[in-house]
Amino acid sequence: MTRPRDPFASTLIHRLPAGLKLGVLAVAGTGVLYLDDWRLIALAMVVTLALYRFAGLSMRQAYLQLKPMQWILALLFVAQGFMLSWGMAAAIVLRVAALVLLAMLVTLTTRTDALIAAVERALGPLRRFGVNPAKVGLAFSLALRFIPVIGAQAQEIRDAQRARGLGANPIALALPLVLRTLRMASDVADAIEARSPYDDDELPPRFVEKAKSTQSRTTCKDNKAPLETSST
Amino acid sequence: MTTIEVRDVHQQFETFEALKGIDLTLNEKRIGIVGSNGSGKSTFARLLNGLLVPTRGEVLVDGLDTAKNGKAVRRKVGFVFQNPDNQIVFPIVEEDVAFGLKGLKLPAAQRDALVEEVLDRYGLGAFRYHPSHALSGGQKQLLALAGVLVTRPDCIVFDEPTTLLDLRNARKVSRVISELEETVIIVTHDLKLLENFERVIVFDQGKVIADDEPSRALSHYVERMQ
Repeated sequence: MTRPRDPFASTLIHRLPAGLKLGVLAVAGTGVLYLDDWRLIALAMVVTLALYRFAGLSMRQAYLQLKPMQWILALLFVAQGFMLSWGMAAAIVLRVAALVLLAMLVTLTTRTDALIAAVERALGPLRRFGVNPAKVGLAFSLALRFIPVIGAQAQEIRDAQRARGLGANPIALALPLVLRTLRMASDVADAIEARSPYDDDELPPRFVEKAKSTQSRTTCKDNKAPLETSST
Repeated sequence: MTTIEVRDVHQQFETFEALKGIDLTLNEKRIGIVGSNGSGKSTFARLLNGLLVPTRGEVLVDGLDTAKNGKAVRRKVGFVFQNPDNQIVFPIVEEDVAFGLKGLKLPAAQRDALVEEVLDRYGLGAFRYHPSHALSGGQKQLLALAGVLVTRPDCIVFDEPTTLLDLRNARKVSRVISELEETVIIVTHDLKLLENFERVIVFDQGKVIADDEPSRALSHYVERMQ
């Protein structure tokens, strides 16, 4: 069976340590905030887009990172344009877009477990103040994992409301979404509990015994066939 | 083989008593649990690996009290939830499977080998680097199962594993479950899933109303539902 290629090892940017990428993101992000000249901010944007290409990502993929916030950026541009100047508005919007693109580049090119390990290492010194780095790391992972799930739930609720003739009402959407998310959070907490049976343990003998029995077992060929990929 | 002893278990949720004095010893390889909605079967399932502890009575897994030895019990008894979306906690398939091994002192290469073995076993090897949210319902249920199996439990409790799946994926998941070497306890409404099981327990209003070999227990259940 051909092994799938590890996408997190495909380019130099992918292979850089997660801690280094987060550090560079923090420094570059702060730097972009201090830039006033719109031409320099535009240059930062060009460099960011060049990094996308360097990481083997297309301009469409870069656009997709900004798409969910395009209306916010448009509103920001118009508001700042009227309140300040159109040049300043362009600089502010470019700055926000460059920061978002840089942050997304890090998440697109880094394994989540590597990001979490880096966050946990960085928070290590805060243990003495009662911070649990493992819990912060897990919260970070859950946020990344459940953004699309909550997005899909919002879409489901919107569709159901549309089917029943309800127009776009933010409160009618928010209430069931919050209730569903809270119920889901309770289930997810149970699942984390159920799936975390080890706590800094040595490898138990059952792993060695079961590995032997697995090697001697014939794997069912049917199981290798991918399932129907109809989305649910 | 794992033996689970359930002794005079009551489960109270505020004013509602979900289980009313359950006494059972579970030591068969294949056990089905059926009952109408609200009969207490899912509550019962959650007691078996310590996700819930009984308000009265005790549950012992190979002699370990679930109220006092939660982690040790969960090493022996894995749990697969009805909705895999709530069980998958990492955004990438292989990262999610590796989550169960996080608390083990394990070299990265060995951890990767364990993850790869279990992914290949369930036909998910090709999806190793895929976003978990982009999998189909059936694939998500298999991923949820893989995430449990990688921790090497002796027994797996399934809470309605096929309820959210279409027919094709439900059949696939059923086949995978039937091929498991581990002890299997399934809560289900899908009575076909219980063909070839050794024992079926029927719940109704928080009590066991039948506990027998499948054909007798299921005919009692079907009769009761009419």
